[in-house]
Amino acid sequence: MNAAVLYALVGVGLYSLGLYALIVHAHLVRKILAINVMGSGVFLVLVALARRGGEAGTDAVPQAMVITGIVVAVSATALALILVVKLAAETGYATLSGNRQE
Amino acid sequence: MPAGSAVTGVSWGALLVLLPLTGAMVCFLWTRAARILGLSTVIAVCLAVAGLGWQLLQEGVYHHAAGGWGAPLGIELYADGLSLLMLIATAAVALAVSIYSTGYFKRARAIRFWPLWLILLAALNALFLSADIFNLYVTLELVGLAAAALTALGGGAAALRGAMRYLLASLLGSLSYLLGVALLYHSFGSVDIAMLAARMESSPTVWAALGLMSAGLIMKTALYPLHFWLPPAHSSAPAPVSAVLSGLVVKASFYLLLRLWLELFGSVSEGIDNMLGLLGSVAVLWGSVQALRQTRLKLLVAYSTVAQLGYLFLAFPLAASAMTAWNAAAYLVISHALAKAAMFLAAGNLMHFAGHDRIADLDRMVQRLPLTVFAFALAGVSIMGLPPSGGFIGKWLLLEAALTQGRWDLVAVVILGGLLAAGYVFKVLGSAFTQAAVPQRARRVPASMEWPALLLACAAIVLGLVTLPVFSLVTIGDAFGVDEVVP
Repeated sequence: MNAAVLYALVGVGLYSLGLYALIVHAHLVRKILAINVMGSGVFLVLVALARRGGEAGTDAVPQAMVITGIVVAVSATALALILVVKLAAETGYATLSGNRQE
Repeated sequence: MPAGSAVTGVSWGALLVLLPLTGAMVCFLWTRAARILGLSTVIAVCLAVAGLGWQLLQEGVYHHAAGGWGAPLGIELYADGLSLLMLIATAAVALAVSIYSTGYFKRARAIRFWPLWLILLAALNALFLSADIFNLYVTLELVGLAAAALTALGGGAAALRGAMRYLLASLLGSLSYLLGVALLYHSFGSVDIAMLAARMESSPTVWAALGLMSAGLIMKTALYPLHFWLPPAHSSAPAPVSAVLSGLVVKASFYLLLRLWLELFGSVSEGIDNMLGLLGSVAVLWGSVQALRQTRLKLLVAYSTVAQLGYLFLAFPLAASAMTAWNAAAYLVISHALAKAAMFLAAGNLMHFAGHDRIADLDRMVQRLPLTVFAFALAGVSIMGLPPSGGFIGKWLLLEAALTQGRWDLVAVVILGGLLAAGYVFKVLGSAFTQAAVPQRARRVPASMEWPALLLACAAIVLGLVTLPVFSLVTIGDAFGVDEVVP
C-alpha cells in the first residue's frame, strides 16, 4: 500500500465519520461541523489520488477542484451558520426538533 | 442572410448565465429598482433562450468554450435538445413566477428575493448547459445554496427549520456526488462527460462512484425514502419560491441523474435500474396517500410533488429496451414543472386571499377567485394525467412502454397513482365549492398574481397538443441515443 492510497483511505474514513456524526447529533452546529469533516475527507481523497506516481509529478486539476470545493464549503458553512443563529433567536433552540438535546 | 447570422452568431448560452448573474448583482446594489430590473432580466433571459433555440435548430448542438479555454482545463458550455427543453421549461416558469412576485412581495422582502432568485436562475441555466461533472457539482451546489436561502425568506421558525433541513440534505447530497466525481477522475483522468463516456468500463471503482453519485442525486431529487426534507421546505417557503423549488430545483438534480445515466452508467449498472423503479413506485403510492391525508393545502401540494417525482424514476427500468420511456420521463419533467408551479402559485393566491391554507376551511373560492381555482383545476388535470395534457402524454408513454414489456406491476402503479392524484385534487376542489363554517377575511388578489398561475396551467395543458415538435426538439444532439439501440 503506497502513501497515496493510505491518504485516500483516511479521506474515506473521515467522510464516513462525518456522515455518522451528521446523523446521530441533534445539535445543528455539530451537524455543520460534521458536514465540514465530510468535505475535508472528500478533498483529501481528491488530493491524494492526484499523485499519479513517478516522474509524471502531481496532477494540477484535482488541486484546482479542491480550491473550488473549499470556496463552496466556506459559503455553505456561512449560510448554514446564519440559519442556525436565526433559528436559535426565533425558537431558543439550535436543533431541528425544537428540543434541547446534546 | 444578415438577420439569420446575427442570431446564430451570438453566444446565447453564455448570455443565459451571464444575464441573470449580472442582474442579481445590479438588483442587490440598486435595491430601489430591484423589481423592474429583476423582471426585465428574466424577460431578457427568455429572449436568450429563444435565441439559443433558433441557433440549435439552425446549426445543431451548441458548444462554447468559456474564455477560449477548452475541455481539459477550461469550462465548456454545451447544449443539445434535452438541455434546450429544460431551459425552455425553466424560462417559462421563471417568467410566470417573476410576474407573480411583482405582486406577491412587498418592498422589504422584494429586495432580498430578487438577487437570490436571479442567482438561482443563473445556476439552473448553468447546470443545464454544463458538460463536465465537476462543473455540474459547482452549479448543483449553487442551486442548493440559493434555494435554501430562498426557503428561509419567509422567516419564522417553520421556514427556518425547513430551510436548515433542506440545506443539510442538499450538502450531504452534493458531497456524496463530489466523492463520486473524485473516484471517476481517478479512474479515467477526465471530468468531461463525453470523454468519460468514451473511456467508461465496468470496475469496482466505477460502481462505487455510480452508487455515491446516484445516492447523492436521489437525495437532492427527493426520491422516497430520501424525501423527508421536501415537504417541510416546500410548504413553508413563500408561494413563488415553492413554485420554483417544486417545479425546477428538484428537476435539476433529476436532469443530472438522467444525463449521467444516459451517458455513463447505463452500460455498467446491472439491477440498479430495477431498484430505482421500485423506489419510484413506492414514492408514487406513498406520496399520493400522504397527500390525500393532509389538511393543509401547501403540504398536500408538496406531497404530490414527492409522488410525481416517483413517476420519473419508473422510466429507468423500462428504458433498457424501450427508448420511449426516456421521452416519457422528459415529458413528465416539463409538464410537472409547469403544472406544479401553477398549482403552488394558485395555492399562494388562496392563502393570500384567506390568510390560511386549511383545506376544509376554503370558503366558496370558486365564486370569489374563479381564475385561481380554474388554474388549480387545470394544473390538476395535468397532474392526474387526464387528456389532453402534458401529464397525460408522459404517463401514456410510460404505460405503453410498461405494457409492451409486460411489466404489469408498473402498469398498476401508473394507474393507481393517477387515481390517487384525482382523489387529492378533487379534495381541494370540493372544499373550494362549499361554504366554510368559520368566517374569515378576504384580501384582494391582484391580477398579476392570478394570471401567471392560469397561464402556466394552460401551458401544461397545451403541452399535450404539441407532442411532435417537442419530440423533434429532443432529438437534436440525440441525447437519448436512439440511433444506437438495436431493436
